Amino acid sequence: MAVNTDKNSYTIIFAIAMVLVVGSLLAFTASSLRPNIDENKRMEKQQNILYAMGVNGNEGTGDITFVGTDVVADEFSKYIKQQLVIENGVAKQDDKAYLIDIKKEQAKAKNGGTRRLPLFVGEKDGKTFYITPIRGKGLWDAIWGYVALDKNMVVQGAFFDHAGETPGLGANIKQRYFMDDFYGERLLTEAGVFKGITVAKGNADPKNEIKDDYEVDALAGATITGDGVTAMIKKDLKLYLPYFKTLK
Amino acid sequence: MGLLSKKDAKLITDPLADNNPITIQVLGICSALAITAELKASLVMGIAVLFVLGIGNVVISLMRNIIPSKIRIIVQLIVVAALVIIVDQVLKAFAYELSKTLSVFVGLIITNCIIMGRFEAFALGNGPWKSFLDGIGNALGYAIILIIVGFFRELLGSGTLFGIPVLGDPIEKTGVYSIGYENNGFMLMPPMALIVVGLIIWIQRSRNKALIED
Repeated sequence: MAVNTDKNSYTIIFAIAMVLVVGSLLAFTASSLRPNIDENKRMEKQQNILYAMGVNGNEGTGDITFVGTDVVADEFSKYIKQQLVIENGVAKQDDKAYLIDIKKEQAKAKNGGTRRLPLFVGEKDGKTFYITPIRGKGLWDAIWGYVALDKNMVVQGAFFDHAGETPGLGANIKQRYFMDDFYGERLLTEAGVFKGITVAKGNADPKNEIKDDYEVDALAGATITGDGVTAMIKKDLKLYLPYFKTLK
Repeated sequence: MGLLSKKDAKLITDPLADNNPITIQVLGICSALAITAELKASLVMGIAVLFVLGIGNVVISLMRNIIPSKIRIIVQLIVVAALVIIVDQVLKAFAYELSKTLSVFVGLIITNCIIMGRFEAFALGNGPWKSFLDGIGNALGYAIILIIVGFFRELLGSGTLFGIPVLGDPIEKTGVYSIGYENNGFMLMPPMALIVVGLIIWIQRSRNKALIED
């Protein structure tokens, strides 16, 4: 008995069955794997925050390496002394601050609501770090990161990541030779005016030795992604300026 | 009789050479342009396509007698999309670091012409084992070209291979940079991928005149 696969009724029934089977399969896969994926994302955030303040496995000038997933929770508790949420200029303690979704907070602010600003206070080798999450737009999709500052808003470390930038080009914001350039860069002028940091082509400082020029070298072939990094640093870090003024 | 007869082996070996999906069939060019600026990305993409094409061919082959011909393209698309999504979810759950590396490429697989090409040209008309071999062969043929292109683009564009400097330090002017060599930034642009693929096609067809189209 041969099924007549060209009948309209068969085609419609097959299509419906196909959608139901595939939809169910994907829904089952997504829901059963959700806990694992959420745990991985949570650990990733902790790793990234620690990375920005210099707690990582980096050696020499090689690839970026994070604290291992088996010890990241302990290291996070050890180094991150305070998790704060700044809302309407008031800083409150919140041990779940690292779970705040920056994207949602940005959307809330755009719709007239109040944006909550997470801030992580870390201590290492007798030094205090203030780690701030930032988020912006790259060439294709979102870019984000964490910038570790001292109380004078001088960069002590940075970590950048992306959703879909071009491999080998925009994706290289996640390379050490780009991220390490931010170390020591100032965000404020001597008079305390916020300047941000520009990812600049034609930067006159190829070895990145001048730290008060508010510039770092751009990446070849990644102009728009670099501009995105510039914009998210200026826009998001400026929001923390009032808090840093209270530290002086 | 082994699992791999001489005829079956050709399903794997042909796409590695004289029936290569990129250089002869001219499919899958898009990702060859987008992701070959570094060698590691080329390698990872090749592996990802290997999985999706191998499994996808088998699935389509198993369904070949029940797929209504009027919607077969849509069915093929659903199969490859479902496989890609499942791969993505599994990697995020169990190999998170790898999924970060793969994230851009996984989505690209769905749009790869080679996948649809092999479903349509082979899997719909052959059994699952032969289809699996055909998928593996074409995926490997695709991967080889990506790796060759990635090799030259990363080496000439960045002076590195797998992110490791091999020509010296362009800032400190050591190695070949000390005698005036400069990285070719244009090599990192997508047009150079097309040019490199063109050169490979030229070399291949000049070595085997039978491949030249009239």
